[in-house]
Parts: sequence; structure tokens; C-alpha cells
Amino acid sequence: MEQTTFALAAFTTLMGVCATLVAMPVGVAAAWVLARRSFPGKVVVETTLTLPLVLPPVATGFLLLQLFGLNSIVGRALDAIGLPIVFTWRAVVVAMAVMSFPLIVLTARAGLEQVDRRYEQVASTLGAGPWRVFRTITLPLAARSLVAAAILGFARALGEFGATIIIAGGIPGQTQTLSVAIFNLTEAGRDSDATRLLLVSAGLAFGAMILANLVQRERRPL
Amino acid sequence: MIRLAFDVQLAQGSFTLDVADEAEVEVLGVYGPSGSGKTSLLEVIAGLRVPRSGAVSVGGEVLADTSSGIHLPPYRRHVGYVPQDGALFPHLDARRNVMYGSDTRLPTADSRLDPAHICATLDIAQLLDRRVGDLSGGERQRVAIARALVSSPRILLLDEPLTGIDRGRKDRILPYLLRIRRELHVPLVYVTHDARELVDIADRVLRLEDGRLADAGVPGVVLGQTVADERL
Repeated sequence: MEQTTFALAAFTTLMGVCATLVAMPVGVAAAWVLARRSFPGKVVVETTLTLPLVLPPVATGFLLLQLFGLNSIVGRALDAIGLPIVFTWRAVVVAMAVMSFPLIVLTARAGLEQVDRRYEQVASTLGAGPWRVFRTITLPLAARSLVAAAILGFARALGEFGATIIIAGGIPGQTQTLSVAIFNLTEAGRDSDATRLLLVSAGLAFGAMILANLVQRERRPL
Repeated sequence: MIRLAFDVQLAQGSFTLDVADEAEVEVLGVYGPSGSGKTSLLEVIAGLRVPRSGAVSVGGEVLADTSSGIHLPPYRRHVGYVPQDGALFPHLDARRNVMYGSDTRLPTADSRLDPAHICATLDIAQLLDRRVGDLSGGERQRVAIARALVSSPRILLLDEPLTGIDRGRKDRILPYLLRIRRELHVPLVYVTHDARELVDIADRVLRLEDGRLADAGVPGVVLGQTVADERL
């Protein structure tokens, strides 16, 4: 049975939201470490974290398949506790999260670096420990960039194709996202259906990018 | 009065700081041109900067001592610090700025240091609902000082509190600083490149030059010549 356009758009959006929720905390933590700490090998960590940005998405998908497939310890362990990844909706989330992660780290890091460290220093002399300083000073002052990071990550997730098709397979009604459906329809020569999905896809991406730009344009703290 | 002792060596690029002093102080003035290491010294006392070697103690408590690996983080020192332009948190209004450190107050804090009394002493009660951006330079400075006092510091470090404030307003803020000393009994370390400010407020002055202690003693002796020269 074929999915309606609405169901496809809703599924893709939901997966994108889940992926953003997964990638954001890790991404912001990584961005904070890169923005505020120096340690040996930092350049290697930086490069590794942003690698999915330049690696072919299909290659990233292949790596994820090796990591989460049933031939790996991780994959078998997750399968044993009833959380199989490959060819399930979870694989869609994993693929989207990994692919949007670098964008989130880069945007969040730029935002965190803009926060004047003196505010953090003064807060610490007022008795605030590192976690309280982060929550009450750094986070609110970087809020605009962090929201923009989340939206950019979400927009990237919506368009994810290469890694998704490898690890999630694009099963209609189960793991098929908008971009995978466009690919399937084009393959089947159904150009007008593909065009309809293209417009939906473009609309979602356009909306997300406008929002990201609006959030970032203002200087005032959120 | 509190016993403040430090012996600090710090190297940063081509700049080196090497300063030591120990005295019972009410208001310790630190005088020197810009680049002489005044701010670095305050940052070491506040714990924001780790000295290459040396020790800092306030009221007999060792806050840092590189020889025994002690370095209390700033949030455990109870040392108030007001940087040059106050650095008020821009996303909080004046009241939430002032109250930021209120829950980490020392249980032994003097009742003179309760927030309402501090706000009355610094005359900022009427400013508390304002946004930080709507305060004048002098108002910001008073709010920043109140914020530091509310956290009940054992000593308060002021970095050029009157710089960037025009002469007329300076004369209006100085009395508030004197009040901190007389009414709230909080010892001050007062950093400035303007010798005249210290003559009025300090009971001991250190003169820094290129990261070294050039002179120390009572303000009239250490700064008398400088002030006389400036008046010519």
C-alpha cells in the first residue's frame, strides 16, 4: 500500500525531530569542549567530528552498517535487548543524527565562542560552579546560536538520503523518508509524483532555513 | 581588616609578573600604568588565572600554593571580583544580576551584607527592575559592586572601578566606595592607573611597573610625587 504524501512528510519530520533531539546534547557538549578546552590531539578530534560533512553519505552509511549490523558486537547487543537498529525507524534516526551532527557542532561552537568569557569568570567568582555557569550564563547567552544549530541540524536531517538508504533501506511505510521516496518514484518513472514530494521537501527545508536565519539575525539574547 | 598575602610569578608571552606583598589591609591600592600587571594580579587572587609559581592567602586561608599543588577554584574562594566595566550579565535584569550570588553566601555572612542593605548603601534599589542596557556607566558599576557584595566575599577586588566614567560622575561614585569600607566593612583591593583616586581611599598602596613591585607603603609617600606631578 502506498503512503500518502502527508504520512511521508509527517514521518520524515518526526524522524528529523528525533534525530535533532539525539544529536543536540552530544553536539553541544562536543562544541563546548572544542570552544572552551585545549588538549593534545584536539585537531584530530575536531576533524573526526566534522568528517561526516565531507565523507560521502553512502560511505558513512556503510560505516554505520558495520557498526550496528548483526555482524558487530554493538549490533548484536542492541538486537538482544530488543532494540535492533538496521532496517528499522531507529536506523533512520541514527543516519539523520550522524549526518546532522557536524553542522550542529560547527554552529554551536561558533555561538559558544562568541560568549564573552568574562561573564563566565565573574559568575564563578560569585560562587557558581562550572555546571551552574554553563546553565545560567553560557547557555542563555548562546541560545540563539544553539537554536539555529538545532534548526540547521533538523533541516540537514530532513534531506538525508545516502546514509539512510544503506542502513535503513527505505522500506515503504517503515523506513521510507521523503528523499528516499523521491528516489524510488524517479526510479519507477513516476515524475509527477516525485515532483509533488520534491515541492513538499523544498517547502520544509525553506521554512527551516528561514527560521534559522531569523533566529540568528537578532543580537539580543533570546 | 584582613591579612592578604601573595607571592605570585606569572609568565604570559613576553610579559612576566613577579609581585609579593603581605599586610593587614582595609583598602589596598594597586597603582600602575596599563600593562603593568594590575589586572593579572587581581585575576590570580580571584583564581581566574593559575600562577606559574607562588601562593595566595586571604585571612590566613591558603587559596593557592603551587608548591603544595593547592588551587581553589574561583567559586570556592569567596573573593569578590568586579572587572573593569562591571561585566553585568546582559540577559538578566539588574535585580537578577545582584541576586546571582545570593544562594552561595557564607552562612557566617555579616547582616550588614544582606542584599537589601547593600542596595540601600549603594543607592541602587530604584534601579533593580531595569534592564542592564538601560543603566548608565556609573549605575552599572554600582550594580556590579552590589552583585559582588551579595555573595558575601571576604575581600572585594575592584579593577579600575572609575575608568570610563566622567569626572563629575566619578566624584559621585567615590563616596559609595568609601561606604563599602566604612559601613559594610568589606576589605578592598582597588586597582587603578589614576593616583588621585587612591590618595582618598587606600590605606596601603603598591606601585607596579612592568610586572614588578616598584614601591609599597602609605599612599602619601608612594604616590605623593605622582599626584603632585599630575597637578602641575
